[in-house]
Amino acid sequence: MSDKSGFDPKRRSFLGAMAAAAGVTLAPGVILYGISRSSPATAKAAGAEASSAVRWGMLIDLGRCDNGCDDCVSACAEENGLRGFGRPETDAQWIRKVEIKNPQTGNSKSLPVMCQHCEDPPCVDVCPTGASFKRADGIVLVNKHTCIGCRYCMMACPYKARSFVHEALEDQKPHAPRGKGTVESCTLCVHRIDDNRQPACVEACSDTGGGAMLFGDLNDPDSEISRRVAKYASQQIRADLGLNPGIRYRNL
Amino acid sequence: MKQITYSELKGNSGAFYTLAAILAVFMLSALACAFYMEHHGHHVTGMSNQIVWGTPHVFAIFLIVAASGALNVASIGSVFGKPLYKPLGRLSGLLAIALLVGGLVVLVLDLGRPDRLIVAMTHYNFKSIFAWNIFLYVGFMLIVAVYLWLQMERRMNRHAKKAGLVAFVWRLVLTTGTGSIFGFLVAREAYDSAIMAPLFVAMSFSFGLAVYILILLAAYRGSERDIGDTVIRKLSRLLGVFVAAVLYFTAVQHLASLYAAEHIGVERFILMDGGIYTLLFWLGQVVVGGILPMILVFRPPTAGSSRNAVLASILVIVGGFAQVYVIVIGGQAYPLDLFPGMEVSSSFQDGMISGYAPSLPEIGLGLGGVALAGLIVLFGLKLLRFLPVSLANAAIDPHHK
Repeated sequence: MSDKSGFDPKRRSFLGAMAAAAGVTLAPGVILYGISRSSPATAKAAGAEASSAVRWGMLIDLGRCDNGCDDCVSACAEENGLRGFGRPETDAQWIRKVEIKNPQTGNSKSLPVMCQHCEDPPCVDVCPTGASFKRADGIVLVNKHTCIGCRYCMMACPYKARSFVHEALEDQKPHAPRGKGTVESCTLCVHRIDDNRQPACVEACSDTGGGAMLFGDLNDPDSEISRRVAKYASQQIRADLGLNPGIRYRNL
Repeated sequence: MKQITYSELKGNSGAFYTLAAILAVFMLSALACAFYMEHHGHHVTGMSNQIVWGTPHVFAIFLIVAASGALNVASIGSVFGKPLYKPLGRLSGLLAIALLVGGLVVLVLDLGRPDRLIVAMTHYNFKSIFAWNIFLYVGFMLIVAVYLWLQMERRMNRHAKKAGLVAFVWRLVLTTGTGSIFGFLVAREAYDSAIMAPLFVAMSFSFGLAVYILILLAAYRGSERDIGDTVIRKLSRLLGVFVAAVLYFTAVQHLASLYAAEHIGVERFILMDGGIYTLLFWLGQVVVGGILPMILVFRPPTAGSSRNAVLASILVIVGGFAQVYVIVIGGQAYPLDLFPGMEVSSSFQDGMISGYAPSLPEIGLGLGGVALAGLIVLFGLKLLRFLPVSLANAAIDPHHK
């Protein structure tokens, strides 16, 4: 599996210009555009826009990820109020453990797979209404108000990361709104990130799992995650597609 | 060119109203099916998180593809200047609009949130080919409506050719857009190919003409008007050519894919051991929808008979549904390859061929789209002058003696 860590500066500056244009357009009704660029390495201030100076990402070390452990999966379900209906074909899964085995060598591994929060997310490209969007800090989300449930994003996602809500839901968590007939996926626990906390899966992995998941700002050269990806080889799933996911794996 | 007289269908016979009632029942059932699906959620359908587009999409895509193809008859008359096709142009436009409306209604009612249609009409992501298609579909209906008016309003006839050219180019772009919905899906091995666009264009020519032939013959038989063998022979030979074009693009699609080792898995699935999909491909698309209709329209002794034209058209439609089913559902049933070369398993059906069985509400919704298209055509023919009074050889062929 090849690696891709760079980005196209031209594209980045174009996106920056677009974001600036959008910011100026929205300025009369929006406060504190300036604050969004204030503190790149930390969580944003309450009420401020997400900053493109930050690129949230995750490094998952498969050397520490146990075959039988699914603490990240249960923590995600608990945090976001995901409850199955006993129908595995249609129940939502935001993060899942995937077992992979090399048929030639017999070598096997287990890894968590969720929305990979691509830099160039195909789900965002194909969404007709723009409900699928990428926040400035790299988190890919679904706007639950404008998703029409066409499911084209699910066709486009290379990671099978998205679920369609196939039936009515009850007892939802206020910070993780969900709705029948719309598409959803891992939010990277955006509500936690905005509250200066780690995603639930990462926290659970470090508390009771193998401590395989590291969350942080890939744009900040001094962050732990940046230091580790600089020092050790890491991989992205389907790096050949050139999407530059924010989720990276070690020992894959 | 002889003067062609057009007239409305009388549309006051028992058969007319019986047909209208049957179509209405199908349409109302479709509404009930859609309501049932929306009320309970899509878990009552055969769809899942793996097969996210099911039978309604098969119907919708067939209808939308056939819609653009149905317009070809008009294009041949006014754009390519074939006088024989001119009298056939009006029905061609009506059918194009009707099929498109039928297809779009199915697509909308299968959305997770059809109540948010207004969102789809007011929020656009212009990088999305779906968003382009919204404009292409609406534009198509407007252009064809204007084109129809120019054909039907004698004083405006001289402009019909220009409108016809715009409509022809638009329909090519539209079908390119529909095919590219699949062609642009880089992560899905069964799609991810530029050939999806020309393949869909060829499919539209073939499916659209097949539907056209059936409706034309039914309308003339039903209203006891004359239709000569010249028209039937021309149309059925053209159908044969279009069917051959679909087979050609299908062959290229699979050959190109087979050449890449990474696609051997999905090709093996569709062509060899995919169960229902393999059966539908070879028996449905290739034999029933391809080889048999070509024999019917090209084999000399009976080629060109209206019986053969009807039979060939029905087979093309059956084969066409099989083809769209294999593309849409078969293409999704084959798992995404996240880890090339690895054996994969998970609780989310990674690495597994997904099962799918069409549910009654899905089929009901799809048939409702067909019924709606039928109703639009039926009442269109009753209200406006779409059909020439006679398509007998003497009436349409300038060289007929």
